[in-house]
Formats: sequence, C-alpha cells, structure tokens
Amino acid sequence: MLASRLIAQCAMDRGAFARTAETIGMAQRGGSVVSHVRWCNEAAAIPSPLISLGSADILIGFEPGEAVRCLPYLKAGGAAVVSVNGITSAVASLSGRQVEASVFVEYLRKAVPQLILIDGAAIAEKVGSAKTLNMALLGAAADLLGFSAETMLDALRKRLSPRLIELNKRALEEGAMAKEASI
Amino acid sequence: MEHILLMGNEAVAYGAIDAGVSFVSGYPGTPSTEALETVARLKPDGVHVEWSVNEKVALEAAAGASYAGARALVTMKQVGLNVASDPLMSLNYVGVKGGLVILSADDPGPISSQTEQDTRRFAQFARLPVLDPSSPEEAYAMTRAAFELSELFRVPVLLRPTTRVCHACSAVERMEPTPLVKPSGFVKGKEWVIFPRLSYEAKKRIVAREPELAEAQRPFNKIDEINGDTPALIGVACGGIGSAYAREAILNLGLRCRILQIGAPNPFPEAMAAEFIDGLECVLVVEELDPVIEDGLRPLMNGIPLHGKRDGVILVAGELSAAIVESALRTIVPVRAINGGGAKESASARKPIAGSEDVDSAERPVPPVRPPVLCAGCPHRASFYAVKRAAKGRKAIFCGDIGCYTLGNAPPLDMVDTCLCMGAGVTVAQGLKQADPEAYCFAFIGDSTFFHSGMTGVLNAVYNRADMIVVVLDNRTTGMTGRQPHPGTGESAVGESAPEASIEAILRALGVASVRRANPFDVEEAIETTHEAMDEKGVRAIVFEAPCIAVAKPGKPMSIDIARCAGCQVCVKALGCPALSFQPSPKYEGRIVAHINTALCTGCGLCAQICPTECIQPIDLLCGSGGGGL
Ligand code: SF4
Ligand code: SF4
Repeated sequence: MLASRLIAQCAMDRGAFARTAETIGMAQRGGSVVSHVRWCNEAAAIPSPLISLGSADILIGFEPGEAVRCLPYLKAGGAAVVSVNGITSAVASLSGRQVEASVFVEYLRKAVPQLILIDGAAIAEKVGSAKTLNMALLGAAADLLGFSAETMLDALRKRLSPRLIELNKRALEEGAMAKEASI
Repeated sequence: MEHILLMGNEAVAYGAIDAGVSFVSGYPGTPSTEALETVARLKPDGVHVEWSVNEKVALEAAAGASYAGARALVTMKQVGLNVASDPLMSLNYVGVKGGLVILSADDPGPISSQTEQDTRRFAQFARLPVLDPSSPEEAYAMTRAAFELSELFRVPVLLRPTTRVCHACSAVERMEPTPLVKPSGFVKGKEWVIFPRLSYEAKKRIVAREPELAEAQRPFNKIDEINGDTPALIGVACGGIGSAYAREAILNLGLRCRILQIGAPNPFPEAMAAEFIDGLECVLVVEELDPVIEDGLRPLMNGIPLHGKRDGVILVAGELSAAIVESALRTIVPVRAINGGGAKESASARKPIAGSEDVDSAERPVPPVRPPVLCAGCPHRASFYAVKRAAKGRKAIFCGDIGCYTLGNAPPLDMVDTCLCMGAGVTVAQGLKQADPEAYCFAFIGDSTFFHSGMTGVLNAVYNRADMIVVVLDNRTTGMTGRQPHPGTGESAVGESAPEASIEAILRALGVASVRRANPFDVEEAIETTHEAMDEKGVRAIVFEAPCIAVAKPGKPMSIDIARCAGCQVCVKALGCPALSFQPSPKYEGRIVAHINTALCTGCGLCAQICPTECIQPIDLLCGSGGGGL
C-alpha cells in the first residue's frame, strides 16, 4: 500500500494526475493483495483506478507466486520486478499442495523478457528490517518507473515519519544496487 | 489550493472538515472505517469525534448535535445502515437543523460484508437524497455539497461511495474551507417530537419537495458527448464507480456515444434523463449492485431498447470492471460502430504477456490459494481450539458472529456453525436450544460486537431462562477493521483515556450468575474452564481474555527441534496457524518435519502445548541446546 502511494506521490510531484486502487485488510490475514497505480497528464485519460488486463507497463511482485497470479495484467513487452523469496500459504500447506517458489521464478524467467529479480530476504537482512521489502523493490524499479532517487526520497519524506526515513532510504539504495547485480 | 493524494475515505473526512463539521460519530466497518479514523487522526480544533457503540447510537447522537445546529457526519458500512435504519426513517420526518451527512459505504462483490445491498435503494425507501461519488475527488466535493443540501432541505443526506472509491487514492484538490459552523444551540419547538399528526404533515412535505430536491441536485448529474460530433446513437447511463468503468471502456473502444452520469439518483432526475434519451437508438446502464438507474430510466424509454441487469447484459451480482463493460457494449453495439473512427487500441488489440506465443500458458504454474485466515498467534485460534477439545464427543452447536473470529469456520478449526449479523450468535443460540434441546449451544462473540449488540441478547437469554454458553472472545480491540478502540479498551477514538467497561461486570449485571475468565493460551486451563461451564445449566459465560496480535507486543518466536519432531503433523492439522508448515529437512535426508516461520510466529505457545513430542520451544532455548534450523 505504501509502495503504491509512493509511486503515485512521485508521479504527482512531477505534475501528473495519479490514481491508486488497493485491497485493504487481507494481507495480514494471509490473503493476497494487489494495488494498482496509474498516472497520466490529465485525469480524464484514466477514469478508472483499476488497470485493465493486459495493459500494465510494470509489475512489481513481492512474492513470485503472487507475481505469476497478476501476470495477466502485464502487457506484452511489459517489465516485472520481483522478489524471489516465497511465502508459504497456510492453507496450501494443510492440503499438501505447496509449490516451491523456484517454480514460479522459473516461469517468470520464461514469460517476462524484461525481468528484474532481487533477493528481498537478503536485502532485508542487510538493512535490518523485513518491513522494507517494498522499498527494496521500488529501488530496483526506479529506472523503469522513470523516477530518480531524489524524487523517490522526496516522496518518502512526504509520506513517512522522519524516524523511518533512514531505514527506508537504505532499502531503496540496496534495491537499486540489487537491480544492477540482477542484470 | 494544493493537490494531495487522498484515499476516498480520507477525501470524505477532509470534505467534512472543510465543510465545518463539528460532530463526527460512527462504527467501524469495511469499507468505511478510514473516514472517521482520518478525522480522529487530524483532530481538528472544536470537532468532537467518537467511535459509538453501534450505528444506531452514532446516528442518534449526531441527530442531537444537528438539532442544536452543529454540522454532523456519521460513518458506517451499508449493513450498519440497517442497524441505524430506525432513527434514520424517523429523522426524515422530524428533519435536521445543522447539516447531517451519513456515509454508508457499499461493498459490491461483496468483498467483506454479509450482503450486497444498495444504499441508493435504501434512500428511495426512506425518501432521502443520496450522493454517489465515482472517485475520491468527487467524494470530497460531494461531501461538502451534501452538508449544504442537508441544511437547505433540512434533511439527512446519504453519501454512498463503494469499495473501489473508498479505497482508491487520487490527487484531490482541497478547496477553501468553510469556517467551523458554530452550533446555534437547541431551540425548543414541537417539531422535534415525532407524533402521528406531525408525521402526516411531514409525509406530505417530503413528497411535495421532491421536484425541488431533484432540481437542486442537478449539478451532481451530467450528460457528456464522447468522441466526435456526429449525432450519438448509443447511450451509456452510469453511476458511482460504474461511471469510471464505463468511461474507460468507451475510451478503449473509441466509441461515439452519449453518457448520462448520475451522482444523485434519488429523486430520479427525470428531466435530464429524457434529454439524454432523446435521439438514441439504445441505452446501456452501467451500475453495480441494484438496477436503480435502470429502473429509473425504464418508464422514460418509449420503446428504445434498454440494456443492463434486467436483461442480463450486465452482471446482476459482484463487481464490474472496464472489461465487463467493454464486452457488454460489444454485445449490444453493431461492430461497425466500434473502431469506426479513430479507435484507440481495443480490448482485443491489448495482449497480456502471459499466454503469448513465446510461452504456452498451459505451463503457467498455479499460484497457491490464499484465503484469509486467523493471524499467527491469534487468541481466537486458542479459544476455538480449547472449546473444540472440551466439547469433543458431545453434541454441540457453535454459533458465530461478525468479526475476525468468523474465520474460525475454516478448517482445521471448523468452529463456526452459524453466522448471521452483528450480535446474532447470542440470540440464534437461544432459539436453536429450544428446537434442538440435546445440543450444547455455544455463542462466540467478540468484545466489540458484544458492546455493539450482544448485551441485549444476553439479557433476553437470562430473562427467558435460556440454556446456553456465551463465549466472549475479548481481544481488547475491534480487530477485523484494523483495531479501533471501544468501551472496553479504556481509550477514546482520538487516543485519550476513557472509562473502561468490564465485560464480566456487565454480564453479571445482566443476570448471568456463572461467569468465568480464562487465558485461552493456557490450553489446559481453557479446556477445564469450558468443561466446568458445560456441566452447569442456564446462561453461563466464559470470557477468554488475550489481546489481538495487532495490539499486543509479540513474544519471542518458537522454533522446532527437528531432531525430535516426529512429523506427525498434529500441530499443523489441529491449529492451522499460518506460521506453521511442513518442509522436508535437508539435514535429515528430506524427512518431512514441521517448520515455523519466525517472521510470523508471535510465540503464543499454543503449538508447543499440543505437540506430543514437546519439540517446540522458544527460539533462544533451542539455539542454546544446539537444535533448530533445517
Ligand atoms: S507459537 Fe505456534 S501457534 Fe503460536 S504463533 Fe508461533 S507457530 Fe503459531
Ligand atoms: S506436533 Fe510436534 S512432532 Fe508433530 S509435526 Fe508438529 S512439531 Fe512435529
């Protein structure tokens, strides 16, 4: 949620009109969560907050299985930035239908030519917080989104309390570095 | 003024504040909750903001504020409006003084509600104006306008955004605020006392004002000609988020058409509708929930085909999308009209990446199902588990209620046999027991729901000599909607201290002689307590006390000593804790053992108490003994 609003804020700071759509409340209870972000020079060009199937430019995946679930939104030629670490589903575990994260990662490699994979868990460990995966992904996606590091930092300052800035800034930087490594 | 990124619910809050609101009340309910939370967070000077115990109370208190001239906002979800319907129906007859706006957020899908009801229908039934924003920016403007409308006609005004407006964000331009409206004070008069004679006169007034009201609401409705200046033959009538989907679909198809966007559907804007229909060959209505606009148009159509929910061109239930509208348009519009002039890329031209020729979509691995489950470390899991164990082998019915704990119906717990509406667990159990006397009847109810509408049910049970066990799951917050305070938490909506209600004392005061309190995380004690209660007769109560993981500080996570784990799967299969799963252990030739996700585990200790080999221990103990790790 924070990630989608940050992207929208960055777009607004550059003079665009932005919309987001979010699923609220399900993430903590183990549900899957999708946020849509759209921006454009004029509001009338993006009447709906939701992106139509097959028309997203960029897909940011916090988890490989979830990235695969949302792949139908991505347009042909679109790019994806995905963290490779899987999150097990309690229900799938109960019924014994667990699929390894690597299966999804392999599929993404084949399906998305413009794919950036980052090791979110490693970055979280380096930065010292598992809650900064969103920033690591945004850092890795910054170029694709067309936002400079400064734009992102400014947006971060607008939407986060000062004591969290340093941590999130480091995650952004680590993400950007991980992206280089991924290529 | 500046543009800020606001969620629809935040936009409602800012709209109310900028309209000079001074009294805000409500009860949490998805998708409405953030509206009141935003006012509470901003704490503007001179504004009273409260979480009321239920929606009826919230509306009545706001009516009082309005009688004395204050502008008041009441927030709730659509099913909350059912609870508030008693004061609402009468309030229209009595009228208001300070502007009174009721946010009743609808939930198409439904995504997190019991019903797919439509507040616009409710407005028709109650003969009230209702504004239906299609975006956060419109929600801001409409909230401000709603206060004006309310004062102009001395009528409560409903505002009904839907989930995709409430939980969408957009760049909203804040306008110059109206200074806080200082309440003029209550002026006594016979108009404040509802009497049949008065109501007869009021009813005549309510009906007579409708044309005037429709005229005043004209600015909320509009006709747009889209794509070119040849005469339009196709019309699309829409409202709320349906307007956004309709405009998106029309943009994608490059369709020449005329749009009628209705933001104020009651009374129905007949004059504008007639203007819209004039010259058209067919009309499609795009709206979620009930066919309100469609039914409003039907008598005006004069034989021109009208498509929508009644003929099945648009889904009768569930959410819409731009894609659904596109395909609906394709079924009613001759193909030549589409892509005729200057069409943008159409739906068929847009190709998703998955399923493209390079990768066979049959290869696409299916992502795991992720239905919502009780959180790791949730005390409800512990309570359900204890009662399940205690009732094992006896005939028992478990009545549930509305809250996180409704999720207790999922396997492996399977502990919610009924769920109807707020507070109904307590009362349904009473009737069940009468008609099925053999069964032990349990009613599970959360603390917030208990205060909302559980107490009267308990009193009824005591008075009518019911035989049942009330189980209060006291986690000291309103969990489902994101932890709002309530009378039991000792905290007000704005985070100040408040008198703390004791559930045990209330139960005793209501006449429940047998009340027990237990910590659900102490499995043995919790089972024992339940046994004791089961062995008694009459109305008895157990209060399971343990805070929601969202308000308590998590403890040290647990870990598995895999050398000792038998792989029996008891822990996973009995509890369904999302932190527990099975994985093959590389260290032991791929033997399947339990695994704890330490990022999720709160160290509640439930699994440790039921593991037959006692191999689950706090993580630091294990590290010391050289265990742990796969
Ligand atoms: S201690 Fe066991 S039951 Fe409790 S949260 Fe951790 S894994 Fe789940
Ligand atoms: S109950 Fe204990 S022994 Fe059985 S699988 Fe779970 S951790 Fe292993």
